[in-house]
Order: sequence, then C-alpha cells, then structure tokens
Amino acid sequence: MQHVSAVREPLVTGGKTLHDVTQDICYQVEAKPNIRWMAALSVALFFLGIFFYSVYRTVWFGIGEWGLNKTVNWAWDITNFVWWVGIGHAGTLISAVLLLFRQKWRSSINRAAEAMTIFAVICAAMFPVLHMGRPWLAYWVFPFQNTFGSLWANFNSPLLWDVFAISTYFTVSLVFWYIGLIPDFATIRDRAKGTIAKFSYSMLSFGWTGSAKAWSRYETVSLILAGVSTPLVLSVHTIVSMDFATSVVPGWHTTIFPPYFVAGAIFSGFAMVLTLMLITRVVFRLEDYITLEHIALMNKIMMVTGSIVGVAYITEFFIAWYSQVEFEQYAFINRATGPYWWAYAAMMTCNVITPQLVWLRRVRYSIPLTFVLSIIVNIGMWFERFVIIVTSLHRDYLPSSWAMFSPSIIDIGLYLGTLGLFFTLFLLFAKFFPVINMAEVKTILKYTVDNGPTYNPQKAAHATPAPQPAIHGAPASAPVNYNKHD
Amino acid sequence: MKYWKGIEELENAPEFMQSAFAEFMPVKESHASTDATSAPRRDFLKLMGFGVAAATLASCETPVRKAIPYLNKPEEVDPAISNFYASTYFNGADYNAVLVKSRDGRPIKLEGNPESPITNGGLSARAQAAVLSLYDGGRLQHFAVKSGNGHQQVEPAVLDQAVRAKLAATTGRIAIVSPTIISPTTKKAIAEFAARYPNTTHVMYDAQSVTGLLQANGGVVPSYNFSRANIIVSLGADFLGTWISPVEYSRQYAMTRKISRDKRSMSRHYQFETAMTLTGSNADIRVPVKPSEMGAAAVALYNAVTGAGGASAYKNDKLTQAARDLNANRGASLVVSGSNDPAVQALVAAINQALGNVGTTVDLAAPSNVRQGDDARMTALVNDMNNGSVGAVIFYNANPVYNHPLGAKVKSGIAKVPLTISLNDRLDETGMLCQYAAPDSHWLESWNDFEPKRGFLSLGQPVITPLFATRQGQETLLRWAGNNTGYYQYLRAAWRGVTPTDAAWDKAVHDGVATGTALAAAPAMTAAAMSPAAAVAQIGGAGKPAANAIEAVLYEKVGLGAAGCESNNPFLQELPDPVSKATWGNYVAVPRKMAVDNQWEQGDVIKVTANGYSIELPVLIQPGQTNGTVSIALGYGRTLAGKAGDQVGANAAPLAMATANGMMYNTVVTLAKTEAKSPIAQTQTHHTIMDRKSVVQENTLAQYIKNPKEVTEYEKVMTPDGLEKPSKVSLWQDYQYNNHHWGMAVDLNSCIGCGSCVIGCQTENNIAVVGKQEVINRREMHWMRIDRYYSSDHHKDEFETVGKVGTYTAMEDPSDNPQVIFQPMMCQQCNHAPCETVCPVLATTHSSEGLNQMTYNRCIGTRYCANNCPYKVRRFNWFSYYSNEKFETVNGHMFTDLGRMVLNPDVTVRARGVMEKCSFCIQRIQLGKLEAKKQKRRPMDGEIVSACAQSCPTEAIVFGDMRDPNSRLSQLLRREDGERAFHALESINVQPNVTYLTKIRNAESEFFAKEESESMQHEEAKS
Repeated sequence: MQHVSAVREPLVTGGKTLHDVTQDICYQVEAKPNIRWMAALSVALFFLGIFFYSVYRTVWFGIGEWGLNKTVNWAWDITNFVWWVGIGHAGTLISAVLLLFRQKWRSSINRAAEAMTIFAVICAAMFPVLHMGRPWLAYWVFPFQNTFGSLWANFNSPLLWDVFAISTYFTVSLVFWYIGLIPDFATIRDRAKGTIAKFSYSMLSFGWTGSAKAWSRYETVSLILAGVSTPLVLSVHTIVSMDFATSVVPGWHTTIFPPYFVAGAIFSGFAMVLTLMLITRVVFRLEDYITLEHIALMNKIMMVTGSIVGVAYITEFFIAWYSQVEFEQYAFINRATGPYWWAYAAMMTCNVITPQLVWLRRVRYSIPLTFVLSIIVNIGMWFERFVIIVTSLHRDYLPSSWAMFSPSIIDIGLYLGTLGLFFTLFLLFAKFFPVINMAEVKTILKYTVDNGPTYNPQKAAHATPAPQPAIHGAPASAPVNYNKHD
Repeated sequence: MKYWKGIEELENAPEFMQSAFAEFMPVKESHASTDATSAPRRDFLKLMGFGVAAATLASCETPVRKAIPYLNKPEEVDPAISNFYASTYFNGADYNAVLVKSRDGRPIKLEGNPESPITNGGLSARAQAAVLSLYDGGRLQHFAVKSGNGHQQVEPAVLDQAVRAKLAATTGRIAIVSPTIISPTTKKAIAEFAARYPNTTHVMYDAQSVTGLLQANGGVVPSYNFSRANIIVSLGADFLGTWISPVEYSRQYAMTRKISRDKRSMSRHYQFETAMTLTGSNADIRVPVKPSEMGAAAVALYNAVTGAGGASAYKNDKLTQAARDLNANRGASLVVSGSNDPAVQALVAAINQALGNVGTTVDLAAPSNVRQGDDARMTALVNDMNNGSVGAVIFYNANPVYNHPLGAKVKSGIAKVPLTISLNDRLDETGMLCQYAAPDSHWLESWNDFEPKRGFLSLGQPVITPLFATRQGQETLLRWAGNNTGYYQYLRAAWRGVTPTDAAWDKAVHDGVATGTALAAAPAMTAAAMSPAAAVAQIGGAGKPAANAIEAVLYEKVGLGAAGCESNNPFLQELPDPVSKATWGNYVAVPRKMAVDNQWEQGDVIKVTANGYSIELPVLIQPGQTNGTVSIALGYGRTLAGKAGDQVGANAAPLAMATANGMMYNTVVTLAKTEAKSPIAQTQTHHTIMDRKSVVQENTLAQYIKNPKEVTEYEKVMTPDGLEKPSKVSLWQDYQYNNHHWGMAVDLNSCIGCGSCVIGCQTENNIAVVGKQEVINRREMHWMRIDRYYSSDHHKDEFETVGKVGTYTAMEDPSDNPQVIFQPMMCQQCNHAPCETVCPVLATTHSSEGLNQMTYNRCIGTRYCANNCPYKVRRFNWFSYYSNEKFETVNGHMFTDLGRMVLNPDVTVRARGVMEKCSFCIQRIQLGKLEAKKQKRRPMDGEIVSACAQSCPTEAIVFGDMRDPNSRLSQLLRREDGERAFHALESINVQPNVTYLTKIRNAESEFFAKEESESMQHEEAKS
C-alpha cells in the first residue's frame, strides 16, 4: 500500500482514478482533431513555409542573403542556435535530474518537456548547418574515414566539440523520450479501434506486453538513461559556451561562461516549458495534471536560475574592471552604453529584473502573469545571446573594422521559420502522442486500490466520502505496482 | 661495352636471372606464396580490375575546350610560365614605367619597372588597376560611323576613305584635341598630319590643369626633388596623391622620412590646404586654409621668406614657423603649390628662387612634361567651335564633353562642327556625339614612346595583339595624312637618333627606359613669368568672396583621377579613398561644424550649385576640411563609361570656374538640403584609434633623437616574476621553422597610405569586386587594406574627470584638424594563430614556413576563424561573385571569357561559402623557391616579393625570410628591435609575422594621451 500524506497537496488534482488518467490522455490522441489545434497547426505551417523559403534563399544564393559582414560573422544564426539549444535544456533536466532527485511532480510535465527538448534541438541544429558557407559539406565535421587523404577533423576546435555535444544530447534525449513513450503507446494500441492506428501504435510500442519483467527493465533503463543524461545537462551548454569562451574576442573570452550558460539554458528552458505547458493544459484540458503547483515550482526554478544569470552578468563587469584589460573593459562599456545599449537593456530587464517578481506568491500562482513572464524570459534570453555575440564582435580590437549589424529579411524569416518548425512538430506530437506520461502519472496518483482517493479536501470539509470510482480492470500498461514502497 | 640496368643485373643474382627474360611476372595460384617476385592470382585479378576501371574513368574526363596549341611556339613563351615585358603607362596624366607580367600570351599584372629613374619600380594604384581596362568589354570594338542616334560598324578602309575626303574638303580650322601627350613620336605623327592638312592645330588640355604653374615657369613644369628637401611646404599641392608625378614624389618624399638609429633626421612637412588630402594627412603640420586665402598665404610666405615685409591679409603662426624653417634650410627646402593661379605660382617660384632651391630641389633644366595643357587655347577652341569657325575636330583620347569645365559648350560646339571624329577607346560622352569613331588600341596593344621629363625616355610595347578591331591612334592619323607606314616602323625610325643600332633599340625595348631626346619638344606654352611684385598686386587686388560664402574645392581622387579615363575600372571604383575610405562615387566633404550648423547627417543628399549648374551629392563629414568650405571629387558621374562606371556619383567638372587665367578648381557654391538620402560606401566607418596604443604607435622626432629606445611602448603582462613580454607566457608549443620563416615589416613612417598595394594585391590574387551596396554592407573583399585613424581631441587621461563612458564616447569623434596615421593591414600570419585552432575541419593550418594557410577546398564556411581574427583580415565569399548576376556589373571581368583572361592562373577564384585572406602571395613564394631549386640554390633575398611590397612606391613594406640572417628583413628587424619594431596587439600573444615600425612625427604628436604614456613608462622603469 502506498503511503500518502493527508495534508500535502496531491500532484494530480480532481480525484483522478487510473482509468480517468488513461481516458483523459488517450482522448486527445483518439478524438478528431479539434478546431483550436487545426488553427494552431495552420499558423505553424505558415511559418514553416517561411522557413523553407528562407532556407532556399540561403542555400541557393549564399550567406550573403543574411545581414552579416566582415566584422560580425555570426549574429542571428548563432544567437538562434544557442537560444534553441538553451531551450532544449529543460527537458533533460526535468526528465533526468528530477528523476534522480525523485521529484515526483515532474511526471506530468516530463513527456512534453522532453518532446520540447528534442524539437528545440532539431531547430537548433538547423543553424550550425545553415550558417555554413557550404552546408552540403557539413558532414566534413565528423571524424570519419575519408577519401580526401589524411584529413581529419580538428579536435582543438570548439565547433567540433559542439558537434559531439549536440549529437550526443540529441540521441540520448530521443532514446530517453522514446523509451518513456513505449508503455503509453501500448495503452493506445490496446484501445485503438482503427486498423491504421492499431498497426501504427503496435509498431511504435515495440510489442510491449506490460509484464513485470518488462516493467522492471523499463525502470532500470530509465534510471540508467537518467544517469547518462544528467551530465549532459551540464555538458551541452558548457560546450556551447566554449564556442565563445575559447576565442580571443573580448566579451567572449571568459571563464565564467560554462556555468553562466548552463544556468541561462535552464532558465530559458523552463520559460519555454512554461509557455508550452500553459498552452497545452488549456488546449487539451489538462488542468488536473499540470496544476498550479507545477507552475509555481517551475517559476521558482526560473527565478533561481535567472538570478544566477544576473550574478553572472555582474561578475563579467567586475572581472572586466578587475582585469584592467583595455579591450575587455571597452567591450563591456560598449555593451551597456554603445550603439546596442537597447539590446543590453532588454536583456537586463527581461532576465534579471522581471523574474524577481516571482518572489510574490500572487505572481507565482497566476497563470496569465506566468505566461507573460515566460515569454519575457524567452525574449530576454534571445537578447542575451544577441548581446554576447553581436556586441562583442561589432567592436573588437581594431577600431578600423568596427561595424554595425542589421538583420536582413531572410535572417528574420529563418528565425520565425524555426518557430514554425518547432510548433509544427510540437503540435503533431501533442495530437498523435500522449502528451503526459500516463504510466508514470498513475504512480503518483493519491490513490490506493483499497481506499480509493485518500486525499480529498472536500472529504475533510464535508465528511461525506466521495463516491468510490469503479475500478475497471487495469490495462496491461498500467503500472499498478502493489509492492512498491516509495 | 655493356651497361647494366640495375644492381640486380650487375650481380646477376639467380632470382634475377629467373625473371629477367620473362615478359610477365610469374602468376601463382597459391596464397601461401612468400615469393616477392610472384603476384598471387587474386591480387593480379584485383589489380587488373582496378586498372581497367581506372583507365575507363580516366578516359571519361571532360574534353579540354578552347585550348589552341601554338603552331610555332614563340621562343620565349612557355605554357604556365610568366614573362615580363617593359612598357609604359601614361593615362590621365599619370606616368609609370611598368613591367607587364604576361602569362600564356595575356597580360595579367603590371609591376613597377625598377629600371626607371623616375618611378623607380613604384607604381600608382591607377596603373596597377590598368591591366583590367585592357579586357574592358565596354571599349568600342570596331570602327563606326554615326547613324541616327547610334553608331554603325564600318570597315576601317571605308572610314579612312570617307574621313580623308572630308578632311581634304574642310576649309575651316582642323583641331586635334587631346590630353597632354608626352610621346615625341606621337607629336611627330600629329605634326605630319598637320603638314598634310595645314589648318590643323593640336590643342592639349588637362582635366586637372596646371596652366598657372606652366605660366609661372616659362611654359614648363619644373622637376622637383623632394628627397633633397629638409623642409617641404605645400600650399594645397597633393603631391603624394595626384599632383603632377605622385609616384616619383612619393618615393623622394619617403627617402626624407626613413629614419633609423644612425639617421635621426627627417624632413618637416607643412601643408596648407582646404580639403584633407593624402598629402595633408601625411604632413607633420597641417593648416586648413580657405581657397580664397591661399593667395594671401602665398604672399605672407613670400614676405616672410624674403623679408620683403609687406603686409598680408593672412596671418598664421604655423606659416611664420614654416618661413623660419625654410630660411634655416636654404637650398634644402621646397615650396610647391597646387593652385592654378599664375600669380600664386609666380610667388611660389619666387620663394624657391629666393631660398636658393633652384638647382637643388627645383630643376628647370629637365622639366617634367606630364602636364602641358593650356586652358586658354582650349577655351578659345571651344568658343571657335561654337562660332562655327572650326571645320573639323578630332578627339584623340579626349573626352571634354565630360571632363572639361565647359563640357556643355563643347557639346553644343560639336553640333556646329561639320566633321567630328573620335579616336577615343569607347563611345564615351564625346565619342557618342562624333560622326566617326576610329577607336585607339589599348596601350598594352600598342607601340609608343614617352618623354615624361626632358631627356628621360620610356617605351611602350604591345604585349598582346589588339583584342578588338581597333587601330592605334597614331597610325590612324598617319594614314589620314597619307603615310601608310606602320607605327612600329615609324617609331623605330624616329628613334634612330637615340638608338642608332638594333642592339641599342633592343636594349631600350627590353629596359623600357632610355635616356636621350627623341625629338626636341617645345615648351607647352610661351608665357612671360609674372614678377613677384605684380603677383602680390594681383593677389591683393583679386576680389574675395563674402566671409560667409561657402567655397568649394574640386579635387582629383587618388585612384580614379580627374579625367574619368579609368572610370569603368571597378578595381579603382572600389579602391577606398585613402583619407575618407569612401568607394563608389563622390560626395560633398564638409567640415563637422558645417554639418552641425545645417543639421546634416552623413549621407544626406544636398544640392550644390555654382555657375548655374547644380549636382546632388551626399554629405560626408570630413575631419580636416577647412571651415566654411566643401570639397567635391572630379572624375565621377560618367554616363557612357561602361557597365561599372556609369551613374557613379555626379560630374563636378562644370562647377569649376573658367577664368581668363585658366580653370580654377575652387568656386563659391550654394548648398541646399534635399529630402533624399544616399548612403556613402565606406570601408571604414569608425575613424579614431580610441587611444589603443597596442594597435598602432607613433612618437615624435624629438623623442627619437633623444632615445630611439623610448619611442615604442611595449606591452607587458603581469606574471609571478613581474612584468614580462607577452610572448614569454604561453601554453603553446612553438612551431619549428627549419627552412624558411616568411615575414614582413611595414614602416609606418614611409607608408603614405596611397593604396597602391591594395590594388596590387587585388590584381595578383583575383580578388572579387563587390560593388557599392556590398561595401555599404561591409563586405568588401580586399585582402589588404589601409587602416586610417584620425586623432581625437579627447584622451584616456580624461577618465578621472569625465568618467570612462563619457570619455570613450568623446574619443569616437575625430579632431577638427586631426593628425592622421595609416596602417596597412593584412593577414599577420600569426605564429599562434587564433583562426587555426577554431576551424573544425582544419581548413586553415600552419605551414612549416610560418605561413597561415587557407585551404579553400576544405573550407565549409563556419566563419569562426574570421570572428576570432583580432585583425579582422579574413574575407568570406558571401555570394558567388563570379556567377551571381547581382555582381555582373561590378565584377564583370569574372563573367566573360574576355574578362577572365586577366585572372592570375596561379590563384584560385574562390567559390561561394569559403573564407579567404592574404596568403603572403604564396604563389610567388612557391615560384621563387622552385626557380631556386631548379638552379640548386637557396632563394636569394629580394627574389621573392609579395605583390604589396612589390608595388609600394615608398618601399614601406619589406618582405623576406626571417630565417636568413642576412635578408633585408632580418637586418631591419635586428636594427629596429627594441626601438621602432612592434607587433600590433602584442598582449594577446598571437605572435604575428608582420612587424610594424613606429611612426615618427616631426611635430608634436596628438594621437595618444601624454600623461598615460609617461605613467606607463614610470611603471616600466620601476619594474
């Protein structure tokens, strides 16, 4: 029997039974697409169209279609790349780190967060490839045996480390996500009526039987993958930060970058998770699964990481002053007061000042405010990367080469386009895949087989027991683990 | 006697004997075979299969197109080996003795001819770029007759016949209009034409006339020798950039600026000028003067030098100081003036006379011939054309409709002349109006001779057969005169006096230069020089514009020149102005105060009106521009130059004042703002050094004389053992250079910033031209650039009082009359190159000779290397510049078979998406090494020279092998070590192979904060 607290707020509200969970979540997959989803998808597809057009212009005519120049050789491309990779961080953090720390509340958001991670990394990966002058030769970054003579990749280059970091991260996240999906696919398979659906979900569920042995292996693999991917949470953005930190560009050449970038990534990742969750819970009526408590918890993480980022910003300035290096000092003075001061101001406001509002309980538990806040943080984090990349490059060592950057229409198109790509993927996922990990959510229901729901505020108030829901035979996929003590 | 074929045969080993007479190697079935002489059957089959496949593939290669073998190979021409032929460039009044690099029969590059006593191996930017003009598809490709609004092709013989008949029937005056011709034999041909048609007069005019100078010196331009002048005073003469013979003067000037521990002296250069010219930016002391004050300044200088004591309207401490310096250096000083006012020039001549400079720095015995235009005669001709007294006019490479201030009158005059003929190379603004067009061949297709200075001859020889159905102008004139001799024979005959024997002639052709006089030339004009008193009176009596009137100066661009004859050359259009760094078009340069007062911003289009003519041009805020004046470049606004040159800027020539004394290139204008905006394409948009002494350094002569070891500030980094040289602290393993270690030294004291190297590099390395919009987008491709920094009024010493933020902002603004420093910047070939570590695919690597190499094939274009380059010298191929139609107008030569002939076959044309940069001319290094290897020796110093070093008129760039202790470079670096030699950005420890030598100013230096440097020195002293 599961011991549950009678006072602690349950992680899933609404007195859901195991069947309710299955019903609520499978419903979205099984039902006809609703109009809101269709509308959202068409908008996303429109932006995806913009993406393809921008890619065509870039690949056909060259990087000259963008606003880059001889001084600022990276701008929106790498800004977007780092932004997307950062967003991709929350997924792993939620699924791996919180799993290891036994944060049960993660169960109802981890699936979507992981999906978000994967789609964000896909969007991110577009940029390193597209920003190449000759993207058709992108495979040269891999250290493979080749026919070009004794050519090998340059293991000194942080860009190469990036290749490994991102591809590893993507692979592990994908596997982790997919393994988690298998039991849920099996549930859908078992309920599926149409032949195509039945066939597809059978294929997707890899013949899951729900046997105890299968469950045991599932749990083990989850733990192993969590262990494997935990270091990745730190490594990916550490390595991304080294794209800058190992250079000689003032404003990039900073040892604080790895922790600062990781904190920033989690910060932006949680903001994006919040944005998406708040939409999903409304669109798919999942208020009982993604509760205010979830939102408040995520807000807290956002605030903490946001503050870490704020400290990092200030530390950079301190070090610039302390180092007495002329170029470093100028880079930071220019950041705050130069021609791109507005980007710096946007970054400081969005990333450091606004998240502090979360100290107020009212803000933390307010859905509209949280939504606005999460968008602001996403904007702020985009500006952070823009500030780091563009304002450092545009005025570096030789004043003769100082230049300004302004984006071209294709730059903007590519960015909006990846948003389209991201939301297209996410909407397809939300429609055809179970957005909440049913199997794991069932383990955290405040529910036991014997007594029914044990926590019921109404019960405490009115003393009338809630009508006990009829227990339908647990489906093969439901992890009703009677002997589990945790 | 028997010759054995190998050791085996000599020893007659049994194994050898076994197989010696067999046709095939024995084939064995067994795998276990250890017998080396037999191949296993399977291996045999494998090899066989591979061989067949390889042979099949090899035979599938695309057939080579358009390769035409020589029927009879010329003796000296070998495929893929370049030959050099001496020739001469004289175009737009710019004389250069050149060597033409010809590869497989096509000229691909011009280099300075070191044999020339005048240009001494230097070459102007304009001449460097001229090779591209040969392949200009905009040239008229055949003889043509006007029909309707256009011209129709015609056979030369038909045209000759028609012209000859018409000329014979002409009753009025026949005029041949040309720019200055310095070819004695061409003049002879014209004289022969004049003998056949006795009414003929030959009228020469210069787009930038020096009639005043000619008048003041008895009809000739004296030769100046700046190298013997300790004090140089220039009243508005841009002698390093455009005035008379800039390449020659630059070299002489640089000789007075080269400095070393053993020669701690240099000339002092005063410049009084209106616009900020290249010369003014090199001056030690520069004084902004309004054009209307220039005469008074000359009077003041005359009075001060001669002690004549008369009153002058112009007073300036610097002028008094200049006069004092001049008097202290009698016979070793030089005063020049760019004014076209005969009175001013008469005074300048009198000053030089009074200082005893005639015979030392001013040579009247061997005058320069490069400017002979007589404004009065040209004006008279224009009037005659309009009043109908001219029967025929032949424009011989002259385009007065475009470049003469009275262009509109020339145009109306042409309509009234019964017979109009153009020998211009294209249907330009003038040629288009003429009835007949008999295009002259390009100078690289022609024989010619030149006498740039009396007694100094130079030859031009064709290096390619005419590309189009054109004919040399001289030959055309001779034919019309009834002489059917080819021009070569004619020239050879004319040179009998100079080179009587064939051997002497051959030597002259080989050397490209000779001494002697082929044909005694008369002075360009006969004029009595004005007496100084008369000149003073005339200047004093001249009307002055109102004090608040805006005076404009019309000047010539260093690259393009005033005549517009190279307008269709995109290399020159994209060559940044040495001072403003603007490309592609002219602009109104205004002082900051005027822009602030009128609330103009850079790029605002204003309307400039004078003489009832107005043009609209954008504003450029030019530090150093005299208050109350503006300056506008001539040579832009062509309408019929060709694809690249048309509609670039506006034609300012009609703004010039045609006076009785000649053309005055200064005038009073009215300015009115328009609503339009037109961004100016500058390659540099930030203009001050921001007190970054680690980038570029300068100091004063006084300091240098005191202690050469204290003129350069060496950056130190703090280590546990105290301050150290940055190179002492390194995590890197240094490369070993066992054979060569290429390096370069750039003497900032000799670099005048002319930009010749930029074009030299561009032609040598097939660098794409990107056009105005892409320059605005900051994507020019030049591998070599010249950074130009202005001094600011604000310095770091204000940190304490004003605060850092305020000071940095203030330091962004240049002074109103700034000091200028030029720094040629190219790949520094770092030994610890930041670009090399970050490339993920090893496309940029370090060579065993210290070079930072770029492997285009391997580059995938991440551009990280460019970001990580502290010098920002890497250039990315944003587009496919040779096939993207956007670039066809500006980079057209890469689009056509004709244009592609100019490309250097030793250098790849870079594909889209790859990075490129200065390679230290690796193809030249390789060639030099191979030549030496063929002769079984090491390359000699000076044998391998990069294109920039080769083209530098002042020898500011020294290229060489730092491993060779006796190379010029090694010696220079040893000598300057600890004195003037420094690396840019030494503290970041990238260890460049390019060393700069600190600039020394013969005046107070205003570039860096003084307190700062002293305190730094204290710190160093303490440590």
